[in-house]
Amino acid sequence: MKKVFAIVVGLAVSAPVFATETVNIYSFRQPFLIKPILDDFTKQTGIKTNVVFANKGLIERVKREGKHSKADLVLTSNFSALIQLEDLDLTQTISSEAINNNVPAAFRDGDGQWVALTKRVRNVYSSKERVGALPELTYEDLADPKYKGQICTRSGKHPYNLGLVASMIAHHGEADTKAWLEGVKANLARKPQGNDRAQVKAVKEGLCDLAFGNSYYLGKMLQDETQKEWAEAVNINFPNQINRGSHINVSGAVITKYAKNPENALKLLEYMTDNKAQNMYASINMEYPVKPGVELSNLVASWGSFKEDSLPLDEISKYRPLALRLIDEVKFDL
Amino acid sequence: MTYKFQLSKWQLFAWSTGLLLSTPLFFLLFESLQGNSEVFSHLWNTVLWDYISNTVLLILGVCVLSCAIALPLGWLTAYCSFPGKKQFEWALMLPLAMPTYIIAYVYTDLLDYAGPVQNTLRDWFGWQSPDDYWFFDIRTLPGAIVMLALVLYPYLYLIFKTALREQSFKLVQASQLMGLSSWQSFFRVSLVLSRGAIVAALALISMETMADFATVSYFAVSTLTTAVYDTWFGYYSLTAAAKISGVMLLLLFLALMAERFSRRNQAVFERQSGINSEALYILKGKSAWLATLFCSVILIVAFVIPIAVLIKYAIVYFDQAWSSEFFSYAWQSLKVAIVVSVVTLLLSILVVFYQRIAKQSYPLLPGRLASTGYALPGTVLAIAVLLPLTLLENTVNSVLDPYDLDIGLLLTGSVFTIIFAYVVRFYAVAHGAIESSFLRISPSLDMASQSMGKSQGHTLRLVHLPLLRRGLLTAALLVFIECMKELPTALLLRPFNFESLATHVFQYVSDEQLELASISALFIVLVGFIPLYFINRSMEQRS
Repeated sequence: MKKVFAIVVGLAVSAPVFATETVNIYSFRQPFLIKPILDDFTKQTGIKTNVVFANKGLIERVKREGKHSKADLVLTSNFSALIQLEDLDLTQTISSEAINNNVPAAFRDGDGQWVALTKRVRNVYSSKERVGALPELTYEDLADPKYKGQICTRSGKHPYNLGLVASMIAHHGEADTKAWLEGVKANLARKPQGNDRAQVKAVKEGLCDLAFGNSYYLGKMLQDETQKEWAEAVNINFPNQINRGSHINVSGAVITKYAKNPENALKLLEYMTDNKAQNMYASINMEYPVKPGVELSNLVASWGSFKEDSLPLDEISKYRPLALRLIDEVKFDL
Repeated sequence: MTYKFQLSKWQLFAWSTGLLLSTPLFFLLFESLQGNSEVFSHLWNTVLWDYISNTVLLILGVCVLSCAIALPLGWLTAYCSFPGKKQFEWALMLPLAMPTYIIAYVYTDLLDYAGPVQNTLRDWFGWQSPDDYWFFDIRTLPGAIVMLALVLYPYLYLIFKTALREQSFKLVQASQLMGLSSWQSFFRVSLVLSRGAIVAALALISMETMADFATVSYFAVSTLTTAVYDTWFGYYSLTAAAKISGVMLLLLFLALMAERFSRRNQAVFERQSGINSEALYILKGKSAWLATLFCSVILIVAFVIPIAVLIKYAIVYFDQAWSSEFFSYAWQSLKVAIVVSVVTLLLSILVVFYQRIAKQSYPLLPGRLASTGYALPGTVLAIAVLLPLTLLENTVNSVLDPYDLDIGLLLTGSVFTIIFAYVVRFYAVAHGAIESSFLRISPSLDMASQSMGKSQGHTLRLVHLPLLRRGLLTAALLVFIECMKELPTALLLRPFNFESLATHVFQYVSDEQLELASISALFIVLVGFIPLYFINRSMEQRS
């Protein structure tokens, strides 16, 4: 019994020992995506990185841990998480000339509480065979009854779709957006399911003709031998080019309020917003860099340039809770 | 005097365990009372009833299908003799080692429109589009029921088979003598005598189903669990999420009440009596082949096909999927699983023993309290665990502050929290298995032991534990395998640089790229074989 107890206690308290120069990261973003960037950062600076990856609950964990939290930096995959961290007073000011030079003001918080690292566009894929390219397509069009039974999407409650619905509210107001959502739901070919990849596959297989999806999924699928044929079956369309531009979400980062290694965290952010890391984001994950002038991957560049919706992210973010309510009201996922 | 002292010691232990393991839940319920309930009433008015009906249908469906699979399997392998029985007895437990999200993924890949099955059908019959034919949609509520039942039926199979083994086989022999056919004996003797064990297993299956997130979210079936996640991470309302957890606990409470109700008049005590192999029903001819066919179909569908697909992925994607770090991930998983199995086993033996000897009111309450964590979805449980632990850490830190001492995140920053959370989550599994074994030991043995001057501790050690051996092994196995598979709790509570096989698999599954995680998924299943081997060996050693 004593032995068992000793083993339990021994295992329980064997916390890892940290080197002196470290930065601890809570990451919503997948390890295989950020690891090459973190490895290069360690190579450049000698600063070791420790990561906890989870796609849910990390904000609550930082909040509960309070001032003893070991997290220095939180990496998120959408803007609403950044703004939630700020709203919960879990962030500190990022004050760096290098970052200000790297990232345009539209992609930084006005008070310096968060910074975007990459841009992701909410595109609409269309079947090459049955629909062709739709350069004049708008998000609004997707509620048109002429697309009945033709649209596929992942859950309406996914942050990428929520961001889009919130931006619709910001532009058109609550009532019109609800009507739009009802229209889109009526046009769905099947109940919302799967991720953005699954939608491309569904278009290829003829289950639907149009699908919502972030652009980088298409890039990643084109790099995968088995998924290439799905991706090649679709056109990528940038909606609303004839008016306000396509909806943009971002991945980003905050330095936590009680960071134990804020200087190292800042160094990492400076590195992540600079040419090399921005380039890696573009080439590994096929995302759009936030730093102007950084070269896109050839593939991403081949999709052409496009107009971005210029409405600030914190303006859109205000409507996110309402977007979720509307999605529940129209029972979008059910 | 001694008697009283000892009783209060057991009582103290049982109640401490019950309260300690239910602390996270109480914190969560307390949280649900905070703040306003605007979000909850919005959900109530819009989607909550859909979630509740989906959840109830899912649980009922999984229970019915599990019974249809596991009861015949348990009875066939315990009391009958047919070709391949020896192998099936062991192999039919294997699906237990398979995480549900993996089997769900594999079958979606195989059966959806773009999968090989429908592709082949289209080739054969010349169909062009989905409108040309009907094929069932796997990503639906019935699909989720089938997936969950395929993975969860071994609970019932294992617990039911243990119950049959521990029952006196003389009763079955008597039924044979009285001319009952094998089927009549199954329905009128074995099933009735094992009612307690069956209901205990169904309670576990219900809780596991209710807590499942991966399969239902992958299949886009909205249940209370998905609602908890949506509410918390969408509405950012832990309060409303906690309220929904309250609804889930209500369902759990009803399930547990049903279990109690079903045992209300049950007082069947048997001692183990060896199963005489000559007295087994020897199935011959058509019935023997039917038995073999039934076992084969279940085994192929629940285990062979998913494993074959994983092996195929592992071979095709070997270069991208292999990492030498698998051994260290496997070791991390193994370590946690062993510690949690030992701890839950010790706790539940003592709590169930207290239930047996308690003379006070509410002897069942500590065990029920301690079991509540099982119905909570992993992430919710993780936060529920963080609530009291961080409060404790923060309090200790503020007390130590004036002395310039700082323990930091001694608990939540280490593996301790994962272990604690797993014990909270899986206690119910061990408790259910041990309780149903304990109930079959006649109290006359306790009285005999007492009359010989043995203390209760001695009785437990010398009389009960040897008789409980199979129940204990079943309990340890179930907890061990659950720990190997558990994902969301580990994801959220792990300290830096902690990676288990399940968390590694999830990185890829979350991106719908199981292919790249196929090797770690196979590892999870392989590591699960170890305890299966031991339990099978023990079952074969007939006393």
